[in-house]
Amino acid sequence: MYSEKVMDHFANPRNVGEIEGASGSGTVGNAKCGDIMKMDIQVENGIIVDVKFKTFGCAAAVATSSMATEMVKGKTIEEALALTNKAVAEALDGLPPVKMHCSLLAEEAIHAAIEDYQKKHPQG
Amino acid sequence: MNKVIYMDNAATTATRPEVLEAMLPYFGQTFGNPSSIHGVGREARKAVEAARKQVADAIGAEAREVYFSAGGSESDNWAIRLGCAAMSKKGKHIITSAIEHHAILHTCEAMEKEGYRVTYLPVDEFGLVSVADVENAICDDTALITIMAANNEIGTLQPIKEIAEIAKAHGVLFHTDAVQAIGAIPVDVKEWGVDMLSMSGHKFHGPKGIGALYVRKGIRMSNLIHGGAQERGFRAGTENLPAIVGIGKAIELAVAELPEYTEKMTALRDRLIDGLTERIPEIRLNGHRTKRLPANVNISIRYLEGESILMRLDLAGIEASSGSACTSGSLDPSHVLLAIGLPHEIAHGSLRLSLGMENTEEEVETVLNELPKIVENLRAMSPLTPAYLR
Ligand SMILES: Cc1ncc(COP(=O)(O)O)c(C=O)c1O
Ligand code: FES
Repeated sequence: MYSEKVMDHFANPRNVGEIEGASGSGTVGNAKCGDIMKMDIQVENGIIVDVKFKTFGCAAAVATSSMATEMVKGKTIEEALALTNKAVAEALDGLPPVKMHCSLLAEEAIHAAIEDYQKKHPQG
Repeated sequence: MNKVIYMDNAATTATRPEVLEAMLPYFGQTFGNPSSIHGVGREARKAVEAARKQVADAIGAEAREVYFSAGGSESDNWAIRLGCAAMSKKGKHIITSAIEHHAILHTCEAMEKEGYRVTYLPVDEFGLVSVADVENAICDDTALITIMAANNEIGTLQPIKEIAEIAKAHGVLFHTDAVQAIGAIPVDVKEWGVDMLSMSGHKFHGPKGIGALYVRKGIRMSNLIHGGAQERGFRAGTENLPAIVGIGKAIELAVAELPEYTEKMTALRDRLIDGLTERIPEIRLNGHRTKRLPANVNISIRYLEGESILMRLDLAGIEASSGSACTSGSLDPSHVLLAIGLPHEIAHGSLRLSLGMENTEEEVETVLNELPKIVENLRAMSPLTPAYLR
């Protein structure tokens, strides 16, 4: 039911954990299933230099957050904001239809972390 | 990798080699239509009736009280419909429980659309239906009570005999879904006093897609499928001959093996429950500690989500389930776990290990070694895990 890439990211998730004194962090819940994800980002000169996540969620939630963290690491805030859950799912060779909503968790968690960062560091 | 450890026998079981062997001739030389007049047809008819006798003997029924169906779901649907039809003069009220299989619950919902009132009795924290609740729910127009003998998710055994007595005293028909009970605990329809009982072949090492419904003689039958004269005209269609032979053989073997099964399964089950409780902090056993199927273990592992646990187990070569197989495609936590009062996030982190005779003590030890590692690893990844568990 899951692609090999999903299985790989599920079995060996990248960037699991928390960042002490993160520049921004966001926790979101999935309205559909009740699962939860927390994302921390470290930003230097407008670039996401580090990102870590934790999740209480299914295999698709783990795999999409793992993939999403890899995709935003080293990117600018603008680039990270442009990342969609569809792009993440595609990078994983697709998700079963009932599991598409899980990939939203990762996208929303990244957005929440960035929002938190922007609140703490108002541009000016 | 080592041999896969299969602990999902409540979802389905492997067909026994002896059962398969008994079935094979009926795909081959004895292929006849049981309704045919000629020799091979008569051979087939004999086999069907011999299997009916095997099923009847296994549950203390008479052969003519046993009807073959295409499985547990079909038997459940049929029982509710025929029970309601037989009692149509009495009224349009059904009593069931909140933790029934969907084959019962969804049929009851369909009956509601057809004008029936349905009472869904709650269960206590162990999944037990209260006999007093059943009695209190009975009204003048109650036609049917349907309560499962053993729950497929948490393994709780219901007080079937007591409920049957109450049903009888009030002139209400009583059906029990015994799909998980057959081959797992002693079942005797006369001793229990039930009017109807459902079973499914693939839960006791028979083939899939074959079941049976016991209907006590004297109850007015009605059709599930219209057509030919099969199953005394009440379920038309040429019989699934090999599968019928298979369910007959399987139930005979399962009942003969019951004492040995009970002893071995109870020991393995209790070792699993005790071992997991010792080794994993903050888990809870779901269901009743003793009024429980001998092969059922169901635990909730706090701060974790069920699918992740299952898939990690699968990667370690252990096959289990997080609810019933039919609901694992859905996102909602199991209705059974919610009915015993578990909060949403704890119900989400549940795991069912259902044992079988093929399982060994070594396999149980392997699970006791692997699962705590998996839990620790996943808990390190969960934002809900409190600091002291990390
Ligand atoms: C309690 C119970 N009832 C009914 C069924 C349905 O049986 P079947 O799969 O044979 O239709 C099952 C099995 O999934 C079950 O566990
Ligand atoms: S089902 Fe909840 S995140 Fe996938």
